[in-house]
Formats: sequence, C-alpha cells, structure tokens
Amino acid sequence: MSAQPDLLYSEEEEALRAAVRDLLADHCDAPGVIARTESDTPHDLAAWKALADGMGLAGLLVPEDKGGQGATHREAAVVLEELGRAVAPVPYLTSAVVATEALLACDADELLAELASGRKTGALAVSLSVAPGGAYKVVRHEGGALHGELTAIADAQGADVLLVPADDGGLYAVDATSATVTPQVAFDLTRPLATVTLDGARGRLLGDAEVAVHRALRAGAGLLASEQLGLAEWTLTETVRYLKERKQFNRPVGGFQALKHRLAQLWLEVVNLRAAARNAADALATGADADVAVAVAQAYAASVAVHAAEEALQLHAGIGMTWEHPVHLYLKRAKADSIAYGTAGAHRARLAELVDLQAP
Amino acid sequence: MTDAAELKRRTAELLAAHPLATTDRLDFLKARFDAGLAWVHYPQGLGGLNAPRSLQAVVDAELEAAGAPDNDPRRNGIGLGMAAPTILRYGTEEQKQRFLRPLWVGEEVWCQLFSEPGAGSDLAALGTRAVREGDSWVVNGQKVWTSGAHNSRWAILIARTDPDVPKHAGITYFLCDMTDPGVEVRPLRQITGEAEFNEVFLTDVRIPDTCRLGEVGDGWKVAQTTLNNERVAIGGMRLPREGGMIGPVSKTWRERPELRTQDLHQRLLKLWVDSEVARLTAERLRQQLVAGQPGPEGAGMKLAFARLNQEISGLEVEVRGEEGLLYDDWTLRRPELVDFTGRDAGYRYLRSKGNSIEGGTSEVLLNIVAERVLGLPAEPRTDKDVAWKDLSR
Repeated sequence: MSAQPDLLYSEEEEALRAAVRDLLADHCDAPGVIARTESDTPHDLAAWKALADGMGLAGLLVPEDKGGQGATHREAAVVLEELGRAVAPVPYLTSAVVATEALLACDADELLAELASGRKTGALAVSLSVAPGGAYKVVRHEGGALHGELTAIADAQGADVLLVPADDGGLYAVDATSATVTPQVAFDLTRPLATVTLDGARGRLLGDAEVAVHRALRAGAGLLASEQLGLAEWTLTETVRYLKERKQFNRPVGGFQALKHRLAQLWLEVVNLRAAARNAADALATGADADVAVAVAQAYAASVAVHAAEEALQLHAGIGMTWEHPVHLYLKRAKADSIAYGTAGAHRARLAELVDLQAP
Repeated sequence: MTDAAELKRRTAELLAAHPLATTDRLDFLKARFDAGLAWVHYPQGLGGLNAPRSLQAVVDAELEAAGAPDNDPRRNGIGLGMAAPTILRYGTEEQKQRFLRPLWVGEEVWCQLFSEPGAGSDLAALGTRAVREGDSWVVNGQKVWTSGAHNSRWAILIARTDPDVPKHAGITYFLCDMTDPGVEVRPLRQITGEAEFNEVFLTDVRIPDTCRLGEVGDGWKVAQTTLNNERVAIGGMRLPREGGMIGPVSKTWRERPELRTQDLHQRLLKLWVDSEVARLTAERLRQQLVAGQPGPEGAGMKLAFARLNQEISGLEVEVRGEEGLLYDDWTLRRPELVDFTGRDAGYRYLRSKGNSIEGGTSEVLLNIVAERVLGLPAEPRTDKDVAWKDLSR
C-alpha cells in the first residue's frame, strides 16, 4: 500500500478557500441563484468570469507550460467545496475538471490552454450519469462528419466546445455552433442538462476516447465528493443556525434531544465525508491508490449529501418546502449528484473488484 | 531541549550499562524508568526527560530493535492510560515518587472504581461514602464494571465526602489499596459468558489521608483528567486498511465463496466502505493532532467505531450461515486481556454490544457533540443546585 495520504488543508488551500468564498458571497447569493434558475442564462457568467479569468481557477489542473496554474486536484477540490456550499451555477466541474482532464489525456494543447484561461468552456459529451469505466453512448463517424444524439450532457448549454466520443474510438472536438444543443428540463436547477444533436458536424480528432473519457470521469467522480461535502456542510450549518433561533413551545427547537441527536449524527457523517473527499483529491493528485480512493469517496458521499439535504428540509419544516427558501436547491443538487458520475452502487461494484470482495 | 539524537544516545547508554543477556526483565525496566526513557514527556526523576511526547517513538523503536523487554502495557492499560496522568497532575511529590515507578514497570497493576449500580451516565451522582476518621477515611459502597479488579494492586476511586452540597461539589478522589480486607471483588458474568469485569464491594475500607489525590471536594475536577485521558487513548491510533472489525469478515468472504449471497455482498460492501471512511477519519484526526491543530473530530470517533463494530460483527454471524448458529464457548472465564476482534463472530457480536455503553454511552456522546461541537442548547438540568442527599433516586 502507498504512503499515507495528506488529509489536511494547507495554509495556501485555506487562503484559496477564503478567496473563493468571498467571491461567491458577492456573486451567488441564494435569492439570485433561485431567480437565475428560471432565466434564459442558467450559468452565472459574471461569477464564472471572476473565478476563471480573475482568479485563474479554470487552469488549476493544467501544467504551467500548457497555459495553466500547475496546481493539483487538492486545490480544485477546495474550489469545489465552496461551489457546493453556494450551489453556484458555474461550469467548473464540467469544464475545468472533466473536459480539462479529457484534453490532458489527448494531444490538444491549444484547446487546453483556452479552457485553462477561461476564455472558452468545454463539455464532455457523455451523459452525466455514466460512472468511470461505464458504458457510454457514441456518435457515428462517417465521411469526416459526425451524426447522432447524446442526452443529459451537463453544462453543454453555454459551452464553446463539445468533446464528443465517436464509434471509431476517437474523441472529437466539435464547435458548439455546429451542433444543436437543446436544453432538457433538469431535476437539478443549478446544473443545466442538454441534448446534443450532431447532423454532419465536423470534428477535430483529439485522441483515444476510451482513455480520455475514463480519466475525465474518474477525476469528475473523485472531485464531485468535495462538491457533495460542500453541499452537506452548508445544509448542516444552516440547519443548526436555524434551530438555535427558531422557537416553539417557548424554547429553541434545537434544544430538543431528538433533534440534537439527529444533527450530531449528521455532523459525524460530514466529518467522515471530509476525510473521504480529501483522500480522493489527494490520491488523484499523487496518483497513488486513486481508483480505490475515488470509488470509496463516491460510494460514501451521495448518501451523506442527500441525507443532509433531506434533514435540512425536514428540520426547517414548512419554510423548507417553499420555493423561496434555498434548501430545495441543495436537495435537488444532492439528489442529482447521487447519480452523477455513477451511483454509489456502481462504485461499490467497482470496489468489489478492486479490493477482491467478489460477488457470489 | 532533548532531541531524537540525544534520546538515541541515552538509549544506547542504557543498553550498554544493562546488557540484555545478563539483566533481569524487571531490573531492566526499572533502569529504563530511572534513565528517563519510560515516558519521555514525563518530568525528570519520574521516568521522563521533559521531552516532546512524539519522541517516545524514537526510544521505543531503538529498544525494540535491540530486543529489549517492554512493560507489557496492555496488562496495565488503566494504570498507564488513566491513573498515571492523573497522579502526575494532582499527586503530591511523595505520591508521584511512591506510585509511578511500580506502575510503569508493571509491578503494580491498577483498576478504576468509578461506576456504580446507581451512577452510570450520571457518574457524579455516585453514592459510595468516604467518612473522615482522624488521619484516615472509611469507605463504604459498591462499584461495578471494574475491569481487572481481580489482578489489581491499586485502584483509582471516587467517593462522596459531602452529601450536603450539590453532587459535583461533594466528591473526593482517592488511591485505594486493593489488598485492604474490606475490598471484596466478585466476577460479573456478562452476555459473552466470560467475566471480564467485576463488582467491587467496599466495606469499612480504610484509606489513609496520604492516599487522597487533590483537595477534599475536588474529586470531580480530578476525575476529568482521568476521563479525558480515556478519550485520548481511544482516538489517535493508526490503523491499516481492513485493520479493524472488517478484517476477519473480509478474510472469511475471500476464503469461503460458498457462503456468498447477493444480499450479504451488498451489505458487506457498504460496511467495508464505512470502515475505510472511518479509518480515514481517524487518520485525519491523527494528522491534525500531529500538526498541532486538534479538531472536534475525536468526539465522534468512538460513536462511529461502536456502530461499525456492532453492524459488522452482526453481519459476520449471518455470513457464517449454519456456523452462525454455534458459539465457541460459554464457559465462565476471567480473561486478563480483552480483544474486541478476538475469538469467533458470535463472541465479537456480543462483546461489541458493550462498545456503545462503555466509556460513555452513544446517547451521551451524541449530546456532547450536539452541545460542545454544534453549540445546541444543553439538556435541562434540574439537579444543579440540589444537595446530593436530596436528589431523587
């Protein structure tokens, strides 16, 4: 087994967290995020520009000689924790992590530099529900043109370039202008999904799709755990705050032991998720034990994030059922995240192979 | 400042002055204590060198490499882990000189006389009475859940010295000689069949005032040092993957394909993930402690491991199918050491039921997390300003 992972946050990582949190406090307040879900621009472009262009965060995973910041998954994970806390509608996970990782597996330096700078965003045209190593749909490559329809493509809407796997085993870069991107009605209001239809679009071959898609989805799944940690942490903190304030029967509701125990249990789950998410981020950064670390984090994270959001709703009671209160944004994201990049069950099945606990 | 090189030098000197081939085990341990290499963070003259605690590993590694005997710490867990730090903090100079050396070398094993039939989670309500008579205290009462009482020479004891003040204020802490004729130890048989614990009956036990630890009435404060050290001992360990209760069942699963079913497979995988995540959480806690940034995570570790031990061992009984209907041995025995992952699945299942009770019930620990970590309102306290003698019982 490998050396011990570093499960803490460095001072630089804490400083990065503080900067991102400040930025999101200015851009992504809850009423604004709720209003945006019913507007024509599902992404908060001002927030994205400030994160990607202003702070240079879109290039964290890209080496400096390729136009990026030369940081690692550990820093990207901290950014995702904060984006999760704010349910921020920005294409960070999909463009700066998943599409970027796919390009890192290919020979695509020019495009990589454009994504790293934040000048362009990219989306991997693989359904959000596919687990690393799972089967995904491809388009037909015929006479130099691409034909087919792909569904549940996260953040395709607004992306400049789509990374499309084809039936010849290649991964192709397709300009969004030459594809038809049709929004789908997504359960998660803060991560738009779309259908991508290619009808003779031209694509530029980037490299081997299987290798690129696997690398991209593994990083996506591993770092999604940090987003789920951020979701869970916000819902727990906000629920605790509310229950200290909310009074019924002439006392704070948070003083009732039945609720105290539920919140303490939830806290324990969040503490556990933090260790699992840090471990996945560190393993992706060092490359040691990454398959197991990602599968463990994803087998664990979904139930925590969903449980935290469900508890937040129940313990906020009536106000939690309203469109006005942001808890529904967290519940919808948490539930969608439990399918994104593979369900907990899919990751457990992968673990059964990895750690030799075979099925009957 | 004592650094690693200095400790290595002193360890080499110890080994040179007391050749292992010709030195009796106990003599070597005493020499090690006198050289300040027993617990290096303790003061000079009391087995230490005022060195950083983290450097103990340097000494231990050198001595292990040389094949030196150790003090068999598992035999005296309560002495080393709980009595010693409390004596160090509150003991008089005489008490420290008298007790710490024989404790560390293992000549004198210690047990803990805290819990009572009527004082479990509400330990401060304890009713064992200590009444002053001249230079002594006369103690009467009953203690329970005393591990190792039958092998112990000494006990740390808390007793009520003033029933007329609120419960926390009327307690005093004593060091009790277990050979006093008024001490009667009876095995307490538990659901596993064995008697790992005892009931201890105290009848007119005479304790000299020189064996009082801390001031009269300060016993609750002194006991906090003991209990905090119990929690430190539970956190801070480093486990390899599959190092805990999940290890034996994973091994069985790999070796016995005929036992596998779909249902058991799903449950096993889920618990395997939970175990690995709990292991990572413990490792993260350890890294925080090493980095000098202790977090509140420790409060949750005991809760997590209690639940996991119970669920995993419960699954393991089922995994064994027909063998799960059997039990290895119900004979009443008094084990000297307890191994939670020892013996058969059935034993592990029954023994782990105690994990959510011993050292603070899971219900009390959840209150502690809710109040101290999350800052939620405390439970209503109707006993705060009531004299102990007027409490309902």
